[in-house]
Amino acid sequence: MELFWDILISALLVIGGIFGLVGSFGLVKLPDPMTRLHAPTKAATLGVGAILIASMVWFAVKQGHLTLHELMVTIFIFLTAPITAHFISKANIFRDWPAEKLPKPAGEGDWAVHTADADTSKGELAVDREKNIPHEND
Amino acid sequence: MIRKILPHPYLTVTLVMVWLMLANSYTLNSLVFAILVGLVIPWITAPYWPARPRFAKPLKIIEYISIVIWDIIVANITVAKIVLFMPNSKLHPAWVTVPLDIVTPEAVTVLAGTITMTPGTLTAELAADGHSLLVHALHAPDADEVRDEIKSRYEARLKEIFE
Repeated sequence: MELFWDILISALLVIGGIFGLVGSFGLVKLPDPMTRLHAPTKAATLGVGAILIASMVWFAVKQGHLTLHELMVTIFIFLTAPITAHFISKANIFRDWPAEKLPKPAGEGDWAVHTADADTSKGELAVDREKNIPHEND
Repeated sequence: MIRKILPHPYLTVTLVMVWLMLANSYTLNSLVFAILVGLVIPWITAPYWPARPRFAKPLKIIEYISIVIWDIIVANITVAKIVLFMPNSKLHPAWVTVPLDIVTPEAVTVLAGTITMTPGTLTAELAADGHSLLVHALHAPDADEVRDEIKSRYEARLKEIFE
């Protein structure tokens, strides 16, 4: 049984290492900033995920106590990685991609970076504020 | 009255659990502090988050999370193959416009995050009116296919959960 856990933990560490390496290699190999942005989100998901599972299994089996810190790390990565990626691509679009080179949004108007004073959630928040907090005047 | 003290009950529960897991000690001491954190943070941040999200079908969240985890694993392997074995000259990066049927800010946020975390696609920008997403695909010979998959696989499920 001991051997089984050793193999499982090692396998997870190797898988995590491989995906981390592929993510970093993609950063070097891919041709432009937008495609390069894809590489680190890969390493962050499966690479880090596999290593965290290995850590959880190691603590549970070898040390005999359950840690939930790994779960926290996963949650924080899932919350922060998309926001970072979103801001990097926003900056990149602002610098290198004028509105003519991008497809149009479905509705009226343009993408938020190309619009002065864009408030993307104005409509919905206003509606919800009326529905939820009827007595507040602001 | 309860709304004033507890503007976001789900956030309060989440914060209590997160604090307990971070402290990694399940004693009365840390529980008291966890509840304190869970009460104060939603109260301070309430002006920035006036609406309270509604969950029409909370059980669907489990199904959604399982699908996303499965997709992350499958798509990771696909992207690793593209990075390692496909020459850059054969790569077809594409911009895809995804028109949105969901309107709740929370649902749009979750959809945008999901698109970024599933490898191969990346949410790059939101339309000024908030009703479309601009998605960048690493390798998409057919842009319409990417759009349809996002709409049917993720957006339809989020619509059931949130609206």
